Amino acid sequence: MRVELHNICKRFGSVQANDDVSLIVEAGSIHGLLGENGAGKSTLVKILSGFMTREQGSLQLEGHEVNIKTPADAMQRGIGMLHQDPLDFPPLSVLDNFMVGQPGGLFTHRREVIRKFRQLAVQFNFALDIRQPVGDLTVGERQQVEILRLLSLGVKTLILDEPTTGISASQKDALFAAARLLASQGKSVIFVSHKLEDVDELCDRVTVMRQGRVVGNLPIPAPDAQLIELIFGEELAPPAKNSTCQEGVALALENITIRSDRLNIQVNHLTVQQGEVIGLAGLEGSGQQLLLQLCAGLLQSSTGCLQIKGIDLTRQPYQTYLNTGVGYSPADRLREGLVNGLSIHEHVALKTSSQGWFVDWKGTLKQAQTAISLFNIRGKPDTKVERLSGGNQQRTQLALLPVPLNLLLMEHPTRGLDIGSTLWVWQQLLARCEGGTTILFTSSDLDEIMQYSDRVIVFSGGELSEPIDAKKLTVERLGQMIGGKLHYDSPVMAKRSTKHPAKR
Amino acid sequence: MDTSQIISILSVAIATSTPLVFATLGETITERAGVINLSAEGTILLSAMVGFAVAKTTEGLGTVPSLLLGFGAAALTGAAIALIVAFGALTLMQSQVSIGFVLTLLGADLSSFLGNPFVRIPGPTVPSFKVPVLQDIPVFGPLLFQSDLLVYISFLLILLTWLFFYCTRPGLMLRAIGEQPAAAFVRGTNVVFMRYFYTLLGGALVGIAGAAFSLDFKAGWSHRHTAGYGWIALAIVIFGGWNPLRVALSCYLFGILQSLASVAQSTIPNVPTQVITVAPFVMMILFLVLTSSEWLEKLLKLLPPRIGWAIAQSIHSKPPAALGRVFQQD
Repeated sequence: MRVELHNICKRFGSVQANDDVSLIVEAGSIHGLLGENGAGKSTLVKILSGFMTREQGSLQLEGHEVNIKTPADAMQRGIGMLHQDPLDFPPLSVLDNFMVGQPGGLFTHRREVIRKFRQLAVQFNFALDIRQPVGDLTVGERQQVEILRLLSLGVKTLILDEPTTGISASQKDALFAAARLLASQGKSVIFVSHKLEDVDELCDRVTVMRQGRVVGNLPIPAPDAQLIELIFGEELAPPAKNSTCQEGVALALENITIRSDRLNIQVNHLTVQQGEVIGLAGLEGSGQQLLLQLCAGLLQSSTGCLQIKGIDLTRQPYQTYLNTGVGYSPADRLREGLVNGLSIHEHVALKTSSQGWFVDWKGTLKQAQTAISLFNIRGKPDTKVERLSGGNQQRTQLALLPVPLNLLLMEHPTRGLDIGSTLWVWQQLLARCEGGTTILFTSSDLDEIMQYSDRVIVFSGGELSEPIDAKKLTVERLGQMIGGKLHYDSPVMAKRSTKHPAKR
Repeated sequence: MDTSQIISILSVAIATSTPLVFATLGETITERAGVINLSAEGTILLSAMVGFAVAKTTEGLGTVPSLLLGFGAAALTGAAIALIVAFGALTLMQSQVSIGFVLTLLGADLSSFLGNPFVRIPGPTVPSFKVPVLQDIPVFGPLLFQSDLLVYISFLLILLTWLFFYCTRPGLMLRAIGEQPAAAFVRGTNVVFMRYFYTLLGGALVGIAGAAFSLDFKAGWSHRHTAGYGWIALAIVIFGGWNPLRVALSCYLFGILQSLASVAQSTIPNVPTQVITVAPFVMMILFLVLTSSEWLEKLLKLLPPRIGWAIAQSIHSKPPAALGRVFQQD
């Protein structure tokens, strides 16, 4: 089915997620939608599938103007979407999941449904046990159930939102084969991804988005360099930081394994100097946060060892990490960083209450006032933290970090901050580095990573690169690595990596 | 004690569990849709009072019409309270627990205040009705088919609820809504509307439970006439793992334990009464602790895998994943 979106606009608060976006997908084709995290790809397809409502713009199917307001509208017109996080019912069986929302009479005619399911599953070569709860399946298998369900409903346009994250290579092959089969039947497929190689392999055409706008529309194959330039912009800010590295190893990781629901992370060997700043680049959810949480003592590795300032902290409790001078500042300030409903003063008191039953309110008030003036927080001691602006919440969070620190772990230190606050925050952080604090931080802003890091580690799908000197990075190289080609080697790197095993 | 005595004790226990069956099935339906209506205690009290009052005032129309009006009024009362819960929880998106709790207190006090003129006066009651033919089946006849119409309706309700949950499309969608409302929305359901509907339906059933007390199994009205049963109903829903059959069986188990307790009082008089009356509750708590702990897993591992799996399936239960959580689209 030919799908046209014209001049779509959608705003979330102060963020313009889609700004006058237009997209045309031909029938019988696989159309890639490429871009960084937060480029607006998901928003656009969610509008097409009725999951979100648009503020402006129009939709046309087969040349006819349509109005899609709910997923039911979209389904009825043959548009189905496979969501990035499986939207299914974990305790229900594969068969039940397949049946939920199927039209028909009052009773579910199981036998007939099973026949239909098997028929479709065979056609696409999916091996699924209909009685198993989907909660026990892998992400890839859950996608397969969902795809079969959408097809059974007569979908003519299938949207795949980041489908290759967290699935195995063979599942990916099966998925791509299914997409090609659908295209050959005259259906259209919209493939949303941040992975260059997947788009290269599968799509006929690609539309690139950046910061809520369409920045390019090319036939595939297209040169990688051109695509990367479109995704990330033309140039990165040059590294601006003077090295603050000092003698002495602050953090050493050896043979670490971190497991989470979707990712397995393996760090063979990593050492970080005192005073060094390491930027963790990559799309969100590629494992950066897991590494920070491991270093903070919130996650434990099943193997290997972790040392901070030469002290072995492997499998030690969180309290020991705190005593060793580790600070962690999470991205979600109001959920993990600060306590909703408490004032700045109460936060200071929380931090200092260590001895005795009673809070020394007079003493903590003084401390709170000092913190407010020192960190330039726009608020009073009795201002509740949720009343503060994002920037001031970040300042409060910084004010609450203990001094001195050996290791500071920060997620998105300047997300949602204006330029002034950003500069101020980094001034504070770099001052800490001068004093010997090591910083590991994540950011979705590549400029920020380039500007403030000594070395950069790139994450992609749970794999991480060797730390790379920020001065040696280029847009192209970063783009390639973030897009999944972690071992893309410039000639200089190639020499290095051959040297590396010899060193061991 | 001979067989006929045991059967008569059991049959009374099963019949007197009937109001709880209505209340727990109603609450199960509501909670399966993802809404927790904590007001059951207040709803049962108020609807028991309203049901009795309406049946009493319309007694002149004859027993059957007055009873029908009484039950209808009780169902409406339950649905009205559920509507407050639904509006607060689904439209205003406030805490379901606090709304339900406040309504519990309100319902209880309102029933005492408004029910004052009806305290301790005789009123219409559901007449007994023995099912022809079926009542003559040995054991089962006297056990199940020698009480009254309300009891038979409750049997039918159990069966219908179970069929609805596991054999029909809307029932499947109901289970889905309580599990992952966003996914149900994607499949084309109006989640908020359906939650309203099932909250009201469940509330009406809890209301009928109230009238089942005041017009049948605990006929009449007095202050705090049905105190405690609402809370028990909420506990039984958890105990029954949100599965209509298990919930109903739990009601009967509770009823049987209660009547055994009263038998025990006369047969072993040196045990203090309090111990016996508390026993059913203690047993329920023990069971809940056992089934939700890891000991059970370890115990089941000792059994052959097939049997262990079957037992685990029938005992294990998880609340609907979205129970009590707000769903906001877009």
